[in-house]
Amino acid sequence: MSGYLLRRAGQSAVVLLGVAIAVFALMHLVPGDPVRLALGTRFDQAAYDALRERAGLDEPLPVQFLGWIGSAVTGDLGVSFRSGEPVTMLIVERLPATVSLAAASILVALLIAVPLGTLSALRPRSFVDSAGTVVSQVGISVPEFWMGILLILLFAGVLDWFPPGGYVPLSEDPVGWLRSLVLPALTTGLVSGSVLTRFTRSSVLEALGADHVRTARAKGLPARAVLRWHVLRNALLPLVTVTGVQLAYLLSGVVVVEIVFAWPGLGLLALQAVQDRDYPVLQGAVLLFAFVFLLLNLVVDLLYSRLDPRISA
Amino acid sequence: MSAAADAPARGRALTAEVPRWRVTLGLLARTPTAAAAALVLLTVVLVALFDDQLAPAGPNDVDVQARLQGPSAEHPFGTDDLGRDVLSRVLLGAQVSLRVGLVAVGISLVVGTLVGTLAGFYGRWVDSLLMRLMDVLFAFPALLLAIAVLAVLGPGATNAMIAIGITYTPVFARVSRAAVLGVREQVYVRASRSVGASDARLLLRHVLPNAAPPILVQTSVSLAFAVLAEAALSFAGLGIQPPAPSWGGMLASGRGFLEQAWWMAVFPGLAIFLLVLSFNLLGDGLRDVLDPQQRSAMEAGRRRIRSRGKAEAAADARGAA
Repeated sequence: MSGYLLRRAGQSAVVLLGVAIAVFALMHLVPGDPVRLALGTRFDQAAYDALRERAGLDEPLPVQFLGWIGSAVTGDLGVSFRSGEPVTMLIVERLPATVSLAAASILVALLIAVPLGTLSALRPRSFVDSAGTVVSQVGISVPEFWMGILLILLFAGVLDWFPPGGYVPLSEDPVGWLRSLVLPALTTGLVSGSVLTRFTRSSVLEALGADHVRTARAKGLPARAVLRWHVLRNALLPLVTVTGVQLAYLLSGVVVVEIVFAWPGLGLLALQAVQDRDYPVLQGAVLLFAFVFLLLNLVVDLLYSRLDPRISA
Repeated sequence: MSAAADAPARGRALTAEVPRWRVTLGLLARTPTAAAAALVLLTVVLVALFDDQLAPAGPNDVDVQARLQGPSAEHPFGTDDLGRDVLSRVLLGAQVSLRVGLVAVGISLVVGTLVGTLAGFYGRWVDSLLMRLMDVLFAFPALLLAIAVLAVLGPGATNAMIAIGITYTPVFARVSRAAVLGVREQVYVRASRSVGASDARLLLRHVLPNAAPPILVQTSVSLAFAVLAEAALSFAGLGIQPPAPSWGGMLASGRGFLEQAWWMAVFPGLAIFLLVLSFNLLGDGLRDVLDPQQRSAMEAGRRRIRSRGKAEAAADARGAA
């Protein structure tokens, strides 16, 4: 187990270094002088010199990289070309919005996927199963930003139940926070939920066919008990890990949903940075995303090997 | 070269009189959802080819008098904020959506398959080096990687193709590597090698044709995601630039008029949805026909593409097992 853990962690570390190099190269691949581009029409020599100095752009590239990665490890991701504020602070400010959305979306996804997937697997080719298949196929194919717009049209426009966008911090107004969260979380949750429904269905089907389930049935255990203790326990454990990966995707893949709902999360920050040519912010955001993504995948792998001892054997 | 060394996979002898692709097509036609999907795709292709004749108006025929009009006989999908005919723009948007999707997946397919095949065939350091590079690309969430690439290259259709192409390259590398590993040690390949077939011949004649089915399935599914990605990038203002008609871009401008003109956002989104759904259903059908045993494994693969990292989890899990 520890050998597998070490090897897997080592692999992730190597990939992370590659990611850091790629992200660093990003700014240096941009044709022209990034600082001049970022300043644009607001050019002024003093600000220009200060930014170049702060970003260390006059040093040789390897020195710049080591400086950048060294600071990044200690949590310093440089300063924004645009506002001059520390990138780390800008990211931390955006975290609550993104984390709220991701957590709520996973909740919605699981509330859909576990019942629907289980029922579909228990009654293959039934009405529920067909409906589940259609729902998950639709969910996988629907553009999230369009789904968001449809939900806004229905629930914010016609019915006027929820606000069409914007984020209310939890600390300011818990009820408003919840109301602002419903539509964006439904949007991403429905899409993630359809992915997880498919997974739950095949996972439960697999567990249903296992020998020990047949044994449990043969010894006369009530169907309910078989389902609870022998099928779901086995089928839903892998779901935990897949949910982790889905969370990684949600944390980072919701850029367009954040646009739809004017949701001030990390995705919107990254996109704004692209438009402003604010490369330090973009670099910081992308590095963080990739780091979280790798970390969650690592945790998922390790969980997987814990839950299923065959893997590390 | 002896006949025995060149003998194809056993299964093919059974259908020697009918070419394999015709068997596949025949089976596919008998799957209702796949057939319907193929029909929709064919329609979209025809629309894309003859859009000039089909569209009732030009993409940028501005008529401010007729702005924000609801669906009517004259404008079945209504008009937008500049009085342009939404139906025409949806029809004209098909071409760009298909083109970006096809070129992007073409890039991923060629580069990814090349990388995966070389890695799988030669193994050792070639494998380690190439696949670690792919791992780095895989470590970025898909859409974010495309956005980062566009931040460097600048927005636009061509750059969007490149960005999406890069994003989906690792998926093809993994699929083709796995497929090549699966056939590399088959008896007929080893036999061919033992009678002195060159590496190029082995690859082109034996390894790739037998690795083709999963790659084909992956292509159809990737087309779905590439179309979605292009729409998302254009929606975010980084893909196709206005005033050129693109579905994602139309949705973006429609978002600003939700209260006055629902049709501006609903119809372009419906077009994206139908195209993506068709590619997905066709992919499902192809998978069932080409590779029934692989079905559950490939279903896992589908999920991974959406949320990428999962491939890592499952592939590594399997590799270590």
